[in-house]
Amino acid sequence: MTPSPDRRRFGDSKKDRIDALAQTAGSTAGGAQGGTVMTVADAGRVSGGEGQSLIASAWKRLRRNPVFLTGAAITFVFIVLAIIGPWIAPYDPVAQPLLSQVRRQTNPVPGPQPGFPLGGDDVGRDLLSRLLVGGRQTLIVGVLATLGGLFGGLTLGTLAGAIGGWVDSLVMRIVDVMLSIPGLILAVSIAAIAASPSQTTVIIAIAVVQIPIFARLLRGSMLAQRASDHVLAARALGVKPHAIVFRHMLPNSLGPVIVQATLVLATAIIEAAGLSFLGLGNPDDRQPEWGQMLGQAQNYVSDYPHLAIYPALCIIVVALGFTLMGESLREALDPKSRR
Amino acid sequence: MSQTTSYASTSDAARHGDEPLLQVRDLKVTFKRQGEEPFVAVDGIDFDVRPGQTVGLVGESGCGKSVTSLAIMGLLPKRGNRVEGEVLFNGTDLLKLSDSDMRDRRGQELAMIFQDPLSSLNPVVPVGLQVAEVLERHKGMSRKAAMVVAREMLDKVGIPDPDRRLKDYPHQMSGGMRQRALIAIALACEPRLLIADEPTTALDVTIQAQILTLLKDLVRETGTALIMITHDLGVVAGLCDEVNVLYAGRIVERAERHPLFEQPRHPYTNGLLESIPKLEVGRGERLNPIPGSVADNLPWTSACAFAPRCLNALEVCREQTPQLEMDFGRALRCFNPVEVAR
Ligand SMILES: Nc1ncnc2c1ncn2[C@@H]1O[C@H](COP(=O)(O)OP(=O)(O)OP(=O)(O)O)[C@@H](O)[C@H]1O
Ligand code: SF4
Ligand SMILES: [Mg+2]
Repeated sequence: MTPSPDRRRFGDSKKDRIDALAQTAGSTAGGAQGGTVMTVADAGRVSGGEGQSLIASAWKRLRRNPVFLTGAAITFVFIVLAIIGPWIAPYDPVAQPLLSQVRRQTNPVPGPQPGFPLGGDDVGRDLLSRLLVGGRQTLIVGVLATLGGLFGGLTLGTLAGAIGGWVDSLVMRIVDVMLSIPGLILAVSIAAIAASPSQTTVIIAIAVVQIPIFARLLRGSMLAQRASDHVLAARALGVKPHAIVFRHMLPNSLGPVIVQATLVLATAIIEAAGLSFLGLGNPDDRQPEWGQMLGQAQNYVSDYPHLAIYPALCIIVVALGFTLMGESLREALDPKSRR
Repeated sequence: MSQTTSYASTSDAARHGDEPLLQVRDLKVTFKRQGEEPFVAVDGIDFDVRPGQTVGLVGESGCGKSVTSLAIMGLLPKRGNRVEGEVLFNGTDLLKLSDSDMRDRRGQELAMIFQDPLSSLNPVVPVGLQVAEVLERHKGMSRKAAMVVAREMLDKVGIPDPDRRLKDYPHQMSGGMRQRALIAIALACEPRLLIADEPTTALDVTIQAQILTLLKDLVRETGTALIMITHDLGVVAGLCDEVNVLYAGRIVERAERHPLFEQPRHPYTNGLLESIPKLEVGRGERLNPIPGSVADNLPWTSACAFAPRCLNALEVCREQTPQLEMDFGRALRCFNPVEVAR
């Protein structure tokens, strides 16, 4: 098996997925062909963001979807935990109450015991407390990386989709090159450039990886919008070009972007863990973060796998929550997947 | 307020005596196609619209009606086509205007409504705001003043409970109401010319009649000239003062409404009229659709494009191009027109 066709297929499937998602915006408002009554209403519902009725009708449809509800419940618990974690944690995550039990040779990791249901880590800190507090940093990394990717992608995608011509060609060429590199490899390369790894470099590395995804997605849906009837109708009313972009094309393209942002939150958290695991994460562990905890557990993973399993489980469950939510949003938005 | 006072009531005589508001002269639109011959969608069209007049453009799908209207509005894509000829609006050639000059006139002096009212409205902006935005754009009104006029406009186009409907999103309205809203948006700035491209095709039959009546009343009341684009001669019959029948990008017959319906002269017009279901026709009797399809067309450059489908076709029809000639007050492009019944 030669690596090149395989990698191409990988890159292409990523592109196809993005383009399919972009289509959901295009077909909703652009379609003059059959069934538009349904689909345009849907576009309005999901891409709304303004106006109570839009949110209300989206909610009405999603609240009966068990997949969405599961994802939303996990996400809700995670966010609440990220906020109140430090208050409900039994110990200060930096304190070392079990330090006296740590023996480099015989007992490097104190086991579970009364008051410490999950035991301690290799420097005697309470594992449960660190998990409870660690959610906050994980959320911050995920959200900031997603916002960074969103901002960069929205800018590039709007430029490409609104101006078109050579700007579009140039932007899309760069985006396609970036998309052809597997995300984690790109993130590792960017993180490795930094002189000293820190939380900021992790966030930047992951954000950069998300930029081309958002850019291609937005550009795709903007192009679909540009050909849509309501943009033609707006031009027929003499609406100025910048207003066409910001009042018509952009708001109607945001539905798929919101969906993608939900999904990207999951990948960002997983990629942050990946970077930490590869030693490119934040070395400062006074503020615990799940990915970092997972990374630090690798020294003991054969003898004390629970050190890795707990943060890994947390990451998996949270990533699953965002993914379930994002996928059910995407499905609700995609006219093709509905009867 | 200025809305209502400036609407002069126009008698038929006044409407038809004026200089033309719009003069389309030898309009030709050619689409370039990759690796193929360029396609001439509109092939030298001339027609006039006088202030307050309603002019029909009729023809079957693909004959160039929409392309004509988009060319007049300056809405064809920038690349991939060539527009030739003149579109004189009040004496100014719209085709020579800069993009921004043309933009200032669109929505203000000439407006357009489209076939599908749902997809023509911005799905994420409440309908009232969409009316107000045009007023803000062209009349420099404040949001507050514009909303007041927007409410008046919704009322004027017959949307019940306009105060509540102002805040509705397009998907919350019925099809007929959306088309009314589109008409309100198009007429908000009191344009002198309105182009309606198949405004009722996407609607139920009963709603169609309501919308046509509304359009008729509004243009009469406001003195707006109307170009009515349709493939439905029934629409033309109830609305238009003058009718242009298009075939394959050229006008083949032009006449006032009554003469056209009483005595169609062009074989194509005749065929269109005969294919309309008539009440007197019994259920079992078949309609007479025009045989063949546009795919059979000959090029206008060396023949009559309609010849392969024409029941009156002669030898000469396949060898020469018929010219648009005046014939007792109507224009006709045919070597062997339908005989006048005595
Ligand atoms: N952007 C374009 N590029 C190439 N060809 C085009 C383009 N727009 C229209 N055409 C062609 O021009 C011809 C006339 O199209 P037009 O839309 O004016 O038809 P129409 O009379 O409005 O028909 P309908 O009743 O279906 O709306 C068609 O054959 C169409 O294929
Ligand atoms: S010119 Fe000939 S072919 Fe064309 S419409 Fe007249 S009779 Fe028919
Ligand atoms: Mg058309």
